[in-house]
Amino acid sequence: METKLWISLRFILEKRKSFLMSLTGTVFGVTFFIVTQAQTAGFERFFIETIIGTNGALRIQDKYQDTIRSLSADSQNSDSGFNISMRRGKRYISGIQYPKRVAEAIREFRNVTAVSEVVTGNVEINTGQKKHGGEIYGINLQDHLEVSRLASQIVFGSLNDFRNDAAGVLIGRRLAERLLTEVGDSLALTAADQSRRFKISAIYETGVSDIDKVRLFLHQPGARSLLKRPFGASFLQVNLADIDRAPQDAEHMSSVIGHLTVSWQEREKTWLEAFKFLRISAAITVSTIILISGLGMFNTLAIIVMEKRREIAILRSIGYTREDVSSIFLLQGLLILVLGIILGWLCAAGLTFAISRIPIHIRGVFSTDYFPVYWSAAHYIAAAAVAFIVVLTASYLPARKAARFEPAEIIRGTAI
Amino acid sequence: MKGTSRPPILRCRDVHRSLGHAENRSDILNGIDMKIEASQVCAIAGPSGCGKSTLLYLFGLLDRPDEGSIWLNECEVSTAHDVFRTRLRNEHIGFVFQFHFLLPAFTAIENVMIPMKKAGRMRHEQMQNRASALLDDIGLAGKTHRQINQLSGGEQQRVAIARALANNPSLLLADEPTGNLDFQTSETVFSQLYDLAKDRGAAVLLVTHNHELSSRCDRTFQMRDGRFMDA
Repeated sequence: METKLWISLRFILEKRKSFLMSLTGTVFGVTFFIVTQAQTAGFERFFIETIIGTNGALRIQDKYQDTIRSLSADSQNSDSGFNISMRRGKRYISGIQYPKRVAEAIREFRNVTAVSEVVTGNVEINTGQKKHGGEIYGINLQDHLEVSRLASQIVFGSLNDFRNDAAGVLIGRRLAERLLTEVGDSLALTAADQSRRFKISAIYETGVSDIDKVRLFLHQPGARSLLKRPFGASFLQVNLADIDRAPQDAEHMSSVIGHLTVSWQEREKTWLEAFKFLRISAAITVSTIILISGLGMFNTLAIIVMEKRREIAILRSIGYTREDVSSIFLLQGLLILVLGIILGWLCAAGLTFAISRIPIHIRGVFSTDYFPVYWSAAHYIAAAAVAFIVVLTASYLPARKAARFEPAEIIRGTAI
Repeated sequence: MKGTSRPPILRCRDVHRSLGHAENRSDILNGIDMKIEASQVCAIAGPSGCGKSTLLYLFGLLDRPDEGSIWLNECEVSTAHDVFRTRLRNEHIGFVFQFHFLLPAFTAIENVMIPMKKAGRMRHEQMQNRASALLDDIGLAGKTHRQINQLSGGEQQRVAIARALANNPSLLLADEPTGNLDFQTSETVFSQLYDLAKDRGAAVLLVTHNHELSSRCDRTFQMRDGRFMDA
């Protein structure tokens, strides 16, 4: 192998330009594959973190009851004696009648780390100068901090002020901007034919504009009083140790407690599908670029093999086997591959870091001031795998052709 | 031809070879029989296109005959497996081509070392020493580390001879080894081939147009239209 590598390296040095062209193609392919994956996965992860930090990994909502229709649907789909409940055709009873009991049952699940009881309702907000619709979330602050990232989402004011003020309210940044209010201002909330005044303790920003422009957090007693809902809860927000298991847990919980349980994957399905599509689309685009550079490389190596026919004949005439000749040219491809992957990885890491420092101002599905990127070894391995397949295929065919040359034919042709 | 009871290094019987396809096909060799023994220096002479080089390629195991048999050290090689023939080329045959056929990416000493590296019988230092000694023997001691394109035609031909001798072959084949050289260099190259063959006990078969050189060989095979004239 040492001799073949030595010969291979010399052949490469003799054809530096062709080698550099092939190497550049591989480096670019690997780099862009990783960078596009880092970007799309970065946006996806950032979105997931934001959405889970705001709405939780699981939500337990309405109670359901089987109806004759749902039972008959279940029976048709079951060969066994068991009937597994299906969501279609069931009757739903709004909210959770006994939240404490349900929360206790939920905490028995090993994956559950925290549960927060939430009472929601629509209100009219009146600052004296402006009126606006809103949605209040009546929470027990300590419980809710364990199922959300509310503490880190405070942008103005203090969470402690809210904790210590029974009439305190947390409002979203977009809503505060619309109402032209700031921390310390008071506002009147009207619901169920009654109005109460609250004081803005802090302003939060989840980054999800649909939330930041309508949602207000109140202490649960205040919310219950305003909404005239002394009992029950609108939903339970649940935090999980392993968020990837949320769909299985949701299904299990739903069958045990008889409440509609929605995982974050189901809740955000539309967005997740969009991200998945983007990621696959980017991978296909970049793989096509790698494939094109692989074709260029195939061309270059095929030309090198044709140009090296004389050298191949010499090597064969002095005792190098077809496999030796083939290996010499495959080693050229392997050198391009190894160098291309290493340099591609380095370029990708540098470029990903540089991109993560680019200031951008996104406010919409989520909010960020810098390009979100996701560092994953899987991207680097996938890029190397794609390069491996393309480069070695591009090298294999010319190498095989090189091995097929008959030395006498080449020598005879050269001599004429 | 000197009488000897030793087995021949190279022997062939009724060798035929045609080149080209269909209507372009032409018979190049039409039943060649010959043998060469150790320490013998033989020449094949004849007009251009009579089949000299084709025969040499067959003996060098670079090509296969259409009919007939070739024995190298009493081993039938014309129908042997490609891997075996390739190993024989490396270990038992030295070939000097008309146009040097050196690898331009390597220096003179590296070109001589390449067959040794394939054989893998020696350590790197031993290979270097042997290659230096071979180049020294043919008067290239001061040019061992020069790139091939920095050497004259005669020097390149001598490097090719050194490479052919690298693995101490039992058969040395040379196709017009002095064809592109001036008289003085031709004399030197031939003397070196002759002396090296005699000293190392190898059989030497060279193709030449040069009557002066062929007359100095132990035996000359005159060839015409794919046959030996004295056959």
